Amino acid sequence: MSEDEARVSTRKRVTVPKTYKLYVGGSFARSESGRVVAVADADGTFRANAAKASRKDLRDAVAAARKAFGGWSGASAHNRGQVLFRVAEMLEGTRDRFTSEVAATEGLSATEAERAVDTAVDRMFWYAGWTDKLGVLRGGVGQVSGPYTVHSTPEPVGVVGVVAPRRSSLLGLVSVLAPVLAAGNSAVVLVDTELAVPAVSMCEAMATSDVPGGVVNVLTGDPAELISRLASHSDVDALDPGGADESLRGELEETAAGSVKRVLDAPLVEPDWSTAPGTGRLRAFTELKTVWHPLGE
Amino acid sequence: MVTAERHRRLPRMADSPSSSPPSTGPPGELTEATRDEAALTRFLRGLPGIDAVGLEQRATALAGRAVKGEAKLRAIDRAVSMVDLTTLEGADNASKVRALAAKARTPDSRFPDVPRVAALCVYPDLVAEAVTALRGSGVGVASVATAFPSGRSTPRAKLAEVELAVESGADEVDMVIDRGAFLAGEYGRVFDEIEQVRAACGPAHLKVILETGELGGYDNVWRASWLALLAGADFVKTSTGKVSPAATLPVTHVLLRAVREWRERTGQTRGVKPAGGIRTTKDAIRYLVAVREVAGSDWLSPDLFRFGASGLLNDLLMQRETQLHGHYSGPDQVTVDL
Repeated sequence: MSEDEARVSTRKRVTVPKTYKLYVGGSFARSESGRVVAVADADGTFRANAAKASRKDLRDAVAAARKAFGGWSGASAHNRGQVLFRVAEMLEGTRDRFTSEVAATEGLSATEAERAVDTAVDRMFWYAGWTDKLGVLRGGVGQVSGPYTVHSTPEPVGVVGVVAPRRSSLLGLVSVLAPVLAAGNSAVVLVDTELAVPAVSMCEAMATSDVPGGVVNVLTGDPAELISRLASHSDVDALDPGGADESLRGELEETAAGSVKRVLDAPLVEPDWSTAPGTGRLRAFTELKTVWHPLGE
Repeated sequence: MVTAERHRRLPRMADSPSSSPPSTGPPGELTEATRDEAALTRFLRGLPGIDAVGLEQRATALAGRAVKGEAKLRAIDRAVSMVDLTTLEGADNASKVRALAAKARTPDSRFPDVPRVAALCVYPDLVAEAVTALRGSGVGVASVATAFPSGRSTPRAKLAEVELAVESGADEVDMVIDRGAFLAGEYGRVFDEIEQVRAACGPAHLKVILETGELGGYDNVWRASWLALLAGADFVKTSTGKVSPAATLPVTHVLLRAVREWRERTGQTRGVKPAGGIRTTKDAIRYLVAVREVAGSDWLSPDLFRFGASGLLNDLLMQRETQLHGHYSGPDQVTVDL
C-alpha cells in the first residue's frame, strides 16, 4: 500500500488550470458567445483561460445591475458599509493568493505585490467607512434668506459603467470600484483579459461576502470591443472611462452624451494608485437632491 | 356592439385560411367521441401518450436556433402584433385600462411604424371601458371569464360572467376549465361547460385556458387540448399566468401539435396562446420558431397565435430600438405599466 502511495506522489502531476468566468448577476458564467482567451503571466507562461465577454453579456450585465440597484441604493448606509468591510475581510483572508496572482499578472516582486494587495485591502476598508459619512460631506442644510430651509442629500446616480485601469490589476480595480459601491451605485466593470485573474478572484471574494448579486458585474474581455456599447447604453447612468485608451476618450464622451450620462473626468494618464485617493470619486457618482422645506408660523 | 369591421378582421377560425382543406366538420370518429361521457373518456384515454424526453429535447433544440439581423427585426414586429396586452390584477381600474389601451393602439409613440397589438385582455367588468378606449383602432378586446383564475364557481355564475363580457362588447372570451373535474376524470362535465360557454359567446371567439401547470404532465395537457378542441374552442391557451409554472416551450409544443392534428383530421384551423412567464424578446422568438416548426407557417399570424403577456411588449420595443439604432435601450425609454 505504502509502495503504491509513494509511486503516486512521485508521479509528475498534471495541473488543473482554471477557467475564469464572467461575474454577472451574482453568478459566475461563461460568456454567452462561448469565447475564451488564454491568459499568460507577465513572463509569458500560460496561466488560465478567461471568458471573453460579448455585447450580449454586456446587456445582461447592465440588466442585472439595474435590477440590483434598487436594493443596494435603498439599503442603509450602515448596512452598505458593513458589506464592504466584509469584502475587505475576505480580501485580507486570501491575501497570499492575491499576492501571488498580482505578482504573476503584473510581473512584480513578492514584496511589491504584497504592498499592492495590502493597499487594496486598506482602500476597501477606507471606502467602507465612507458610506455613512458621505451625506455629511456632500449634503447639508443650505443658508437661505426666506421662510424656508433647503436640505441637500447626495443620492447614487444608478448604474455606473467602469473601464478598469490597465496598469494595476487589483489595487486599480478596487480603487475605482469601491467608491462606486460606497456611494450606493451598482457597477458594470470591463476588465482586460490580461488582468482577468486577480479581477475574477476579487469577484469570488465579493460573491462570498454578502454583496447582493448584480451590484457588481465584471466582464473580462477586450474593452475596446465593448466600451462604445457601454457608453451608448441608455440604461447606464454614469461612465468611468479611466481605463480606456486616450484616443477613445472624446468619442466616448460624445456617445455618452446621447443618453445624458455623467462621465467621470478621469486623468488621461493613469495615476499612481498607491497614493491616497481623496473623496473625488465618491462625489463623482452621486447626484445632489435638494428639497425646499417651508417654515410655517 | 360587435361591429362588422371586427367581424372582418377576425374571421371564424373554421373558415380560414384558404389553403386548408375544405371544412367538412369533424370526421366520424371525432363526432362519435362527443356522443356521451363514456365515449369521450374512451377517446381521450385512448390518445397516444406523449414522449416527454423527446418532446423536451426537441423544444430545447429548437430554442437554440439563432434569429438575427433583419429576420430578428421582422420577428419582433410579428411578435408585437401577436401580443394580447394583459392586465389582470385586483388593482385594475378604468384609468389603467385606458392607459393600456393607448399603449395597445400605439405601442411606441416615437416609432409610429410599430404594429399595434392584437388585443387588450381585461376582467369582464372593465370590458366596456376597454371597448370605448379602443373603438376604431382595430385592436380587439378580450375578457377572462368563468371565475378566472381558479374556475371554482357554479355554472350559472360562470355563464353570467361570460354574458356580461359579451354584452359589454368583448370580441374574445378567455375561459378557464374546471381543473378539479378534469383531474377527477369527469371529462363530460368539462366538455359540457366549454360547450355552454361556447354557446354563450355568440360571435365572440373562445379561448380555453387549460392551466397546464395544474394538470400534472404532458399526457393530461394533450388530453385537455383535445377535449377543448372537441368542445369548440377557437384557441387553446396554456395558463392563467397566476400559477407557476405558466407557459413553457414543451407545453406549447403539445398545444401546437394538437391544433395541427386537428386541422389534419377536420380541416378546421384553431389557434394557440401561451400565457404567463414570457418576458423577453428571446423567449418570444423561441415561441415563434416553435410555431413555425410544430404547427406550420400558417399559424404565424395574430389570428392563430397570441402571446398572453404584459411585460413582454416593453422588452420587444427595447430590442426593436436596439436593432434599428445600434445602441441598447433601457426601461426608462418605454412606458411604465403600473
